[in-house]
Amino acid sequence: MTDSRIRLGVDIGGTFTDVVLEKGGEQFSTKVLTTYIAPENGIIDGMNQVCAKAGIEPAEIGQIIHGTTLATNALIERRGAKTALITTDGFRDVIEMRTESRFEQYDLNLSLPEPLLPRYQRYTLPERINALGEVMVALDPNKVDAMVDRITAAGYESVAVGFLHSYINDSHERQVRDAFAAKAPQIMVSLSSEVSPQMREYERFNTAVANAYIKPLMKSYLGRLEQRLRDQGVACSIFLMHSGGGIISIESAAEFPVRLVESGPAGGAVFAADIAAKYGVDKVLSFDMGGTTAKICLIKDQTPKTSRVFEVARTYRFKKGSGMPISIPVIDMVEIGAGGGSLAHVDSMRQIRVGPESAGSEPGPACYARGGTQPAVTDADLVLGKLDPENFAGGSIRLNISNSEKALAESLGNELNMDAQTAAYGLVEVVDENMGNAARVHAVENGEDLSEYTMIAFGGAAPLHAGRLCEKLGVKRLLVPKGAGVGSAIGFLRAPFSFEANRSVFMRLSNFDASKISSLISELEQEATGFVQECIEGESSLSISAEYKVYMRYSGQGWEIPVSLTGAQAKEANQETFKRLFEEQYITLFGRPVEGMDIEITVWAVNATTPLPKPDLAETLRSRSKADQALSRSLFDPAIGESLKASIVDRNIMADGDYVDGPAAITEDETTIIVPSSRTAIKQPDGCIDVIVKAPVNLN
Amino acid sequence: MNTVSNQSSGATLNTVTKQVMWNRLISVVEEQAQALIRTAFSTSVREAGDLSAGVYDEKGRMLAQAVTGTPGHVNAMAASVAHFIREIGVENMFEGDVYLTNDPWKGTGHLHDITVVSPSFFDGKLIGFFAATSHVVDIGGRGFGADAASVYEEGLYIPIMKLIDRNDVNQSLVNLIRANVREPDQVVGDIFALATCNGIGHDRLVEMMVEFSLEDLREISAFILENSKRATLERISSLQKGASIGKLTIDGYDNPIQLQANLEIQDQKVICDFTGSSGLDKKGINVPLVYTQAYACYALKCAIAPEIPNNAASLAPFEITAPENCILNALHPAPVALRHVVGQLIPDTVYNALDQILPETVPAEGSSTLCNFQLSLRPRTDQTPPPGARRGEVLTFNSGGAGARPTKDGLSATAFPSGVMTMPVEATEHAGPVIIWRKELKPDSGGVGKFRGGLGQFMDVGALEGHEFDFQAMFDRVNHPAKGRQGGGEGAATVIVRDNGEKMRGKGKQFVPHGQRVCLEFPGGAGYGQVGERSKDKIRDDFAKGYISKEQALTQYGLDQKDISQIESVIESGEFDKI
Repeated sequence: MTDSRIRLGVDIGGTFTDVVLEKGGEQFSTKVLTTYIAPENGIIDGMNQVCAKAGIEPAEIGQIIHGTTLATNALIERRGAKTALITTDGFRDVIEMRTESRFEQYDLNLSLPEPLLPRYQRYTLPERINALGEVMVALDPNKVDAMVDRITAAGYESVAVGFLHSYINDSHERQVRDAFAAKAPQIMVSLSSEVSPQMREYERFNTAVANAYIKPLMKSYLGRLEQRLRDQGVACSIFLMHSGGGIISIESAAEFPVRLVESGPAGGAVFAADIAAKYGVDKVLSFDMGGTTAKICLIKDQTPKTSRVFEVARTYRFKKGSGMPISIPVIDMVEIGAGGGSLAHVDSMRQIRVGPESAGSEPGPACYARGGTQPAVTDADLVLGKLDPENFAGGSIRLNISNSEKALAESLGNELNMDAQTAAYGLVEVVDENMGNAARVHAVENGEDLSEYTMIAFGGAAPLHAGRLCEKLGVKRLLVPKGAGVGSAIGFLRAPFSFEANRSVFMRLSNFDASKISSLISELEQEATGFVQECIEGESSLSISAEYKVYMRYSGQGWEIPVSLTGAQAKEANQETFKRLFEEQYITLFGRPVEGMDIEITVWAVNATTPLPKPDLAETLRSRSKADQALSRSLFDPAIGESLKASIVDRNIMADGDYVDGPAAITEDETTIIVPSSRTAIKQPDGCIDVIVKAPVNLN
Repeated sequence: MNTVSNQSSGATLNTVTKQVMWNRLISVVEEQAQALIRTAFSTSVREAGDLSAGVYDEKGRMLAQAVTGTPGHVNAMAASVAHFIREIGVENMFEGDVYLTNDPWKGTGHLHDITVVSPSFFDGKLIGFFAATSHVVDIGGRGFGADAASVYEEGLYIPIMKLIDRNDVNQSLVNLIRANVREPDQVVGDIFALATCNGIGHDRLVEMMVEFSLEDLREISAFILENSKRATLERISSLQKGASIGKLTIDGYDNPIQLQANLEIQDQKVICDFTGSSGLDKKGINVPLVYTQAYACYALKCAIAPEIPNNAASLAPFEITAPENCILNALHPAPVALRHVVGQLIPDTVYNALDQILPETVPAEGSSTLCNFQLSLRPRTDQTPPPGARRGEVLTFNSGGAGARPTKDGLSATAFPSGVMTMPVEATEHAGPVIIWRKELKPDSGGVGKFRGGLGQFMDVGALEGHEFDFQAMFDRVNHPAKGRQGGGEGAATVIVRDNGEKMRGKGKQFVPHGQRVCLEFPGGAGYGQVGERSKDKIRDDFAKGYISKEQALTQYGLDQKDISQIESVIESGEFDKI
């Protein structure tokens, strides 16, 4: 009954649950409110809606791919299970002592985030393994049994086990799990050596604790979801999007729920990567701007950049260090507190500051006329002519421009002796500059030059700011795809099955051991492909390929840089090749190599993945006819510093190849694309709006 | 009419652009600092953030500085650039030049810190400078410790000079450095990392100049300095005026040291003079004035104007002085290698004065000085060592408890005033044949009070089988624990013993034979306010979490046995948060 051409993508976000159904080449989507108490209800509702639109029964769906913020929210809101940590004697406070530093140097009243588990939920056992993986103090089975009894008697649902150096030798951690399996199988156990087998105890223990903490909740949710879907007649397999941008089975997701953290934004990056593939562009900056935050990701060769550690639940103005580190393979994104609802104020140096405080949806920006009095980014966008007060969100909210002007004048203008329009100009320039700076720093950290990049923008607020951001970053081309409002859910349908296995094993090039490398690589490859195999069982048409990566540095440095290897380079490892590849990468990043230093490898990673669905290359058109632009309004152009007469064009009535020269606003229900004076926008046959640098005026 | 309105809007629009450029400069120096962390070799830079980076105008005035872990470099580096300009001379500066020094009095206070300055040229014209400082693993001499009697014993002294002259590396200088330090590859690697990060800062600056069609930094410099000055002066003039004296007695090396801050808040400036502080110490714990100024200024800025970025104008209203050859203004050739041990206690001294003028603002005293130590490990010498035994140098940064605040408990095991991070135990154990047997919070070590001081920590340190080591101690607060405010209790003192019970000294190099461990207890922060005013909920919470013991809960915080038994039973079931 199931039809493999019918696929459903579901993204549970903070406010909305987005559902997208693809049937052959057709796409049907809907947004329903997220139902916090039982999120599966929203999914069922949305699924039934899109099935009705498509004229199919749920039983016909061939595959469901799901991503969710539930795991992230459970960590942020501290709504996890009753969880215990068992760790090495003498190290009970690792997750509380963090890095022993303050993430904000000048705040005398700083508070550090509370650890996920308080001290009385952290237990220790005498045991010790050294940095070489040798057992120095053996784990006493009687003490383990006594610990299991104590944990069981206290009624814990979930346990994390984190011992020092377990990433090299996991025998003690496994011993504890076996004891629970024998005596208390009802208690869920997460081992740090499995959840995050990497050096650095704080990150590893914290990741294991986070996994244990959300495991009962996620396991139960995923179980309920599957049951409800089956009740609706759904017969196909259900998969989960993970933070690394790939898909895993529902069973793996229940075992390692921490890997679901940030799966929604990961879907957005995959969505952008797919557009990149369609357009054949190799260097892409994806820019996702919503109501409260903006996310920026580098996508090279149609693959989003990944990282091994990130922070969730930042407690202090999105400041680095104020959250908790989660050490898992993740799509590397910069998130800053800049969205349509971000509020502006004037600081003591009479500078305009924007965000991270947000007006949210209640009261919302001043122009919503729901009681908001502080100016938000949306208010400035409105005053500058970027938004049409009568046609916001498809006309569902009528924006009140005089409220915006009042808020801008009172909060910014009076302090700075500026009129409302100049204050609005200042506000958007500051927020665009903040986003530009975040993108620049991210590019520098990765040794990239943004002027060679194409930007792909999605999310409600992104098209309003993307054009200016391109000017600031020297980016010459901007693509605003169709369906940008449900980008993450579409991204889920474009993701490959994938799983990255990695291990911290130190090796200096002066001590190069090719046979050790070969066995390590094949072990990692087996682990990674095993997970993927589990997903695609029965679908023999899919092949699994592996990508190999090592993290290297000069001996004595603390930061590694990733170096990609081909299969041959990884399996028939050769010292000279490793050195050459590392130095090439180092020079790209930092200009010159360091002579005469030994080089070491710290982390080994193998990512197994099914091939990406081959997108049809988009046919790109040159501009050939001017779009109908009878309408116009006044639009402020910050690069010029003046208001100009701008064309207003409805995206839906633009024909393929139609173009409009900036300054212009291309309107649609969900958002408005602002085309700066320096650019021209062309409607491509796949619905993308392609915004490029204006051709020089032909003087002949 | 039209013309007038265009002009006036032009002037205001300009302000918006200048704001954008100011933000950009701050982002430029953050990039500069990131590049340094990613390419540095010494653990103190790459793991712990002991570095600084900044951009200067063509007169050497600091425009922006990256926020890193080192208040000790705050204005020292700014003063440093002025020394470079004066000694090298603008007429001798060319594109492709890089300069350096580790002069403690013209850099950041000890020979281990190397400051690298690169001039920035745009269209052939000198428009400004980038400077960066970091702590190198070794600089020769006696090694990192307090035991030298003069700066001559502390290592190689590099006067202000050119490292790179018009893209030509001064190879003689590099050879000289290599020949004088214990870890030549790493030290030279770190020096080039400093040059690299300045280069990255310069590239970003040039991009900004092109984007905004600037010819020089004069206009933006004036804008930044003017706004910062006005904001700082507004803040200072809103303060209660007055004068006060703050004192602090600390361990010193052999004899206790007295620190004294004579503070005066005037209408347009804050003056802090350290007359009354002890004279020079014989050992390397003396502090050059640049470092004193940095920590005094940092303490004042945190309390008075925390959100105003550091630059020449925001720092200028803080006038910090000390008489020559007192311990806080040590002149050449005094030994200064461990100037941080005394220097990091300056904020407590300043706050003891400031608290009298601005009550309810500053924290109680804390452990303050970082609890750092260095191990020199080697194969055992009392017997034939096992095969594979090796030498190793391991430096670790650790923190005791911070002082309680007027409305909050002190932070446990968290650095203040320093901003550096600790190194992961697993990383430390990869750096040499060392074993950290214990690193956890020390209950009862926070001073009692309405708000409790932050807890110190236990740390037990030994060597792998077959090794012995020298333990280089750099601790204070052994005999002079942190004192409370408004009736708050003292924090616990530093304790350092061997596992056989033998006492060790708080400072200096000490031998630890094969098979023995060093057991450390790092100090706690002091309390704030009367203990009787602490809320019962907080006391119960502290007891449940093990921050205070049953004894302290009963005797000092007044919990009764019934409370204790009740809490003990619920925490055994892991459910204290439910009651």
